[in-house]
This record gives sequence, C-alpha cells and structure tokens, in this order.
Amino acid sequence: MSRKQKKVLVRIIVAAALCTVALMLPIDGLWKLLAFAVPYLIIGYDVLWGAIRNILHGQVFDEKFLMSVATIGAFAIKEYPEAAAVMLFYQIGELFQSIAVGKSRKSIAALMDIRPDYAVVTRDGEEITVSPEEVEIGEILIVKPGEKIPLDGEITDGHTTVNTAALTGESLPVDKAVGDKVISGSINLSGVIRLKAESRYEESTVSKILELVENAAEKKARAESFITRFARYYTPCVVIGAVLLAVVPPLFFSQDWSAWINRALIFLVVSCPCALVVSVPLSFFGGIGGASREGILIKGANYLEALSKIDTIVFDKTGTLTKGTFTVNEIHAENITKADLLSIAAAAESYSNHPVGESIIRAHGGKIDKNRIGEVKELAGMGLQANVDGKTYFVGNGALMDKVNADWQDCHLAGTVIHIAESNKYLGHIVINDEIKNDSKDAVLQLKSLGIKNTVMLTGDSESVAQNVGKAVGIDCIHSELLPAQKVEKVEELLSHGCKTAFVGDGINDAPVLSRADVGIAMGALGSDAAIESADIVLMDDKPSKLPRAIKIARKTMNIVRQNICFALAVKAIILILGAFGIANMWTAVFGDVGVMVLAILNAMRAMIKIK
Amino acid sequence: MRKIYKLEDLDCANCAAKMEAAIKKIDGVEFASVNFLSQKLTIEADDVILNDILKKAAKAIKKIEPDCRIIF
Repeated sequence: MSRKQKKVLVRIIVAAALCTVALMLPIDGLWKLLAFAVPYLIIGYDVLWGAIRNILHGQVFDEKFLMSVATIGAFAIKEYPEAAAVMLFYQIGELFQSIAVGKSRKSIAALMDIRPDYAVVTRDGEEITVSPEEVEIGEILIVKPGEKIPLDGEITDGHTTVNTAALTGESLPVDKAVGDKVISGSINLSGVIRLKAESRYEESTVSKILELVENAAEKKARAESFITRFARYYTPCVVIGAVLLAVVPPLFFSQDWSAWINRALIFLVVSCPCALVVSVPLSFFGGIGGASREGILIKGANYLEALSKIDTIVFDKTGTLTKGTFTVNEIHAENITKADLLSIAAAAESYSNHPVGESIIRAHGGKIDKNRIGEVKELAGMGLQANVDGKTYFVGNGALMDKVNADWQDCHLAGTVIHIAESNKYLGHIVINDEIKNDSKDAVLQLKSLGIKNTVMLTGDSESVAQNVGKAVGIDCIHSELLPAQKVEKVEELLSHGCKTAFVGDGINDAPVLSRADVGIAMGALGSDAAIESADIVLMDDKPSKLPRAIKIARKTMNIVRQNICFALAVKAIILILGAFGIANMWTAVFGDVGVMVLAILNAMRAMIKIK
Repeated sequence: MRKIYKLEDLDCANCAAKMEAAIKKIDGVEFASVNFLSQKLTIEADDVILNDILKKAAKAIKKIEPDCRIIF
C-alpha cells in the first residue's frame, strides 16, 4: 500500500471505531449529531473539500459532490448513522479500488517485464555497460548467464540456452550457438555469449512488443465506448430524477418532505457509474495482459472483442498448419533396399542447396562419402544426372524418367515425388512433404469444440498436397492453387456471407489478407517485423494450438465484461426503483454503489488469471 | 506527433473519461486518450503547437481532478 492509501486506511479504522461507539451511546438530539459528525468529518473532509473545489470549477456531477450532497442531506433529515456510514463505505470502496487497480497494474507490468535495463558492449577492447538505446548496429555485446538479451543479434562467440518464456509463453529453453539469432527480451540461461547487434533498440523485437502492448489500451472495444457514453448520461439523469423526487411529491401532492428527500438521497448515492467505468477497462486490461503472458499479443480491446465472436477461421497452409520445411515422407523402392535408394539419392543431391535436396540429405542422416560421387549434371526443370559409385543415376521428376525411358510409375501419395533410375532401370521414388505441425490437428479439433463453424485452408500449393494436408488436419473447406490476390477474394467472399472471419498466416506475403479479415492473426512472429506490423493479434511462436487459447481468453474476458455490465446495471436499476417507492433504504444504496463496485472489480481481476 | 505522458495521482476512472473528452475538445488536438489503468495521457498534435496544447490539457485535467498532474 502506498502512503496515501495507508493514511486513508487509518482514517477508515478511526472513523469506523467512533461510529460503533456512537451507535452504542444512549444519546439523542444534538449530542447524537455531534457524535456522528466527528467520524463523518474525519473520514469525509477531503471529499467535502473536493466537492467545494469542483463546484467552483463548474463540475456539478462529480462523484465527490454527489456524495457530499447525499450525506449532508442525510444529516438534514436526521439520519445521522446513515450519513456517516455512506461516507465511510464510499471511502472504503475508493481505497479498495485504488489498491485493486494498483495491484493489477503491477502484475501486468510484471508479466511484461521484458524490458532490458542495460547492455554490456565492447568498445576499444573494453567492456562497458550502457543503456540499450546507446548501442549501434554491428557492435559486439556480451551477455552473461541470467541476463536479458538487450538487442536482437547473431551469436559470434559461445553457446548457451535461452529462455523465451516472457515473449512466447514457451517455457522450454532453446539451445543457441554461433551463427544463431537471438531475440531481445529473452533470457540467457547457461553460457556467456557475444553477439553482434542487428537492430537499434527502437527497432528491436522487445521494444516493438512493449509498444504494442502499451498502445493496446487506446483501441477501445465497443463495450468500453458504450460504458463511457452511458456514464455521460446516467449520472445527470439520476440526479435530475433525485431532484424531481425530492421536490415534486411534497410540493404538489403535499407529501412529507423528509421521506421524499430520503428517497432522493438514495438516488444520489447510486448515481455514480464507477463500478462500470472501472471494471470494464480493467477486464480488458487483464485479458490482454494475461494473453501476453502466454505469448499472445492483442493489439487492442476491440480485437479481443472481435476474436470472441469469430465463427470462421481461415488458415494459410505453409508455415501455419505446416512447418514450412520439407521432410521425406515415404520411400518406395523397386529391386533395391530403401536404405540404398535413399543413399543413392542423397549422394546425388549432396551438392544441392534446394530445400527438397536438403530434405533427402537430412533423411539420410549419415555422412556421405564424397569420393563415391563423380560428375553431377543439373538438368533444368527435370532433376539431376549423377555419377555415383561409377554408375549413372537419374534423380528427378516424371519428365526426366520419360526422357531416359525408365519404366516409372506415379505415386498415390500426395507431395513432391522424386524418382530415381539407374540409366533406364527404374529404382523407385521418394515422397517429400512439408511436415504438418504436431499440434495443427489438435488445434483444429479444439477450435471446433469451441464452436467454430467453419475452418478453411487457403494455399498456393497443388490440389493433391492441399487435400492431403487439409484432410489430415481436419479442415472443412480447402482451396488450392491460389494466387495471393485470390486469397483476398476468398476471404472477402466469406465476409460477404456474414461470416465473422479470422485469418491466420505467418505474416509473410499475406499482409493484404491479414488486414482484410475481421481479425488478422500472425504467428511465428518472433523475429518477423512484417507480421507484428500487419496483424491485429500476434502469436509470438508458431504453434496453432495458441489459437484456441486466444479465443478462450477473449471469450472469458468478454463474459466478465458482460457480467459486470449486466450486474451493475441491474443492481442499480433495482435500487433506483425500490428507492423511488420508498422500499430501499440508505444501506441498500451503499451496497448499490460500493458493494457493486467491489464485486465488479473482483470479477474483472479474474480476466488476468490463467485459464487451465 | 504523438506523445505519451505519465499522469500522477489519477485516482478516478470516471474522471479519466471526462479528461479525455475535455482534452479532445482543445483546438489542434488530433487524438487524445487518457488511460486510467496505465495512468497515461496520449496526445497527438502538430509539433509547433504541442506545448501550448499541453498547457491547456494540464489546465483541463486540474479542473477535473485537482491533485492530478502531467509529468513531463
């Protein structure tokens, strides 16, 4: 608690004690007034003073003013204990709000504790500590175990494991060695490393993320704007209602003044929209903060709101549902062992730097004796002709097999098929596929169980590959052989049918689609600036399983927001109605003001708690 | 240019909303937001008149919550 809060707490305790004593004393009349006026002033002097100052400034509907009028009015109609209690509980509520808000602000700040405080840089052979902003591109930094990596860079010396949990939510450390890139904001765990800075601090991943999260509050959700607009009309209306209630019945229907003033005061006590005005943004703040802890960056409360309503999810294929790297899927050998076939293909491809060739070399795994390989000729658009172990092999597509008159056959499996022949003798083929991510299928299943009606996959790849991946993952609707512009058209088509559409891509080449969809989600954003810029929601790592998480968080947050709005409005409306008919008393009104606010704030703080 | 300032002793959420509305009405302000939770004021305006606007904004804030000040 801050000093200011402690002071208020002491005043609350003293005033509460004095009130209790005053309640027990057998006094009446002026003495009773005095006995309650003392704690009232102790607890309320700053509210009264604030009210006076605000009137001088022309702020009539200020909550301090309303509280002052309500309590002074209560004194005037001889409801002394009620007057002191209303002020007391008002202050308790304010104190609670300030503690709760301070607490959630701090815990969100702690979640986002990725800002590096310093960088150790070598200049003229000396190690000096500077602030990260002062480091120039190309300078060599030294990062010791336990320190935050201050800037994005490439390791030039040493090896270590880094923890990117604060950025991605992934707690498993990653090994990094010379030549590997490391990202600012991750934590160096085990070894001392030197790295070459590749960006200035302002452009580094960590400052981009921080900027994004800090600006998220600016983009307000519809629920939030609704509350601000509502608050602007609610208070004046209730106050006018209170005035009418106090004046009209006694004046025109010769009713008892004090009874109707009492009813009017109840109006004033519940006239503050605080519960709503605090709890709704607090819920969004908590939801966005809680999501960022899991590596899900949401650029604004409005996107959180939109995400909660999504019923159609459109995936990009490569890099989103699949890893974007090729692996050997199947080997079909004829008159030769599978291992030998792979060995021949790997030898032939051993100089290749094509992703397909590399995948064959990777699948082979073992070392390739370069002495086995003679001349290798590249046959453009068809494949390779290679001399391995003194024999001539042809490695490539169907066209190449036709050319050498090999008796080849196509494969029933989808993917890229590499055929191998020894001169004109067909040896078999290797099927290579872009590997599906481990959690793609599970992610789609989870999305469906969350009630996502339609999952769509868009790809530029061939029909057979697309069908293969889409069916394996469980996508409802597959569109293949699309140009980037056609992807936009497909999304627009869905939008025009009224589908609430989210597009998920890796942020490379799909910026137009990302911005066209209701919610654009980029994944694998760690290190890709384009994705961070163009998407509304950014998944820091490349796991599709983060998607259902994000939707769950969004829905939970929206639920809390809705609960708070309904609860606060309902309670206030009921108290207003009961108050007008003289059924509610001052105590119910205090609950309607402070109690509702406390409950709404407690509910809002749930948004921050991690969902299992 | 868009500038962000910290607000000290911003204690009431409703006041923050009122401040935002008041600052938006100042001539020359292209965008303004008062964030109660992060206690931050964001103002977007032309550089030349930004100082002038800040003074007016400080005044508007003072009027709504006397304890609250902008930290430059």
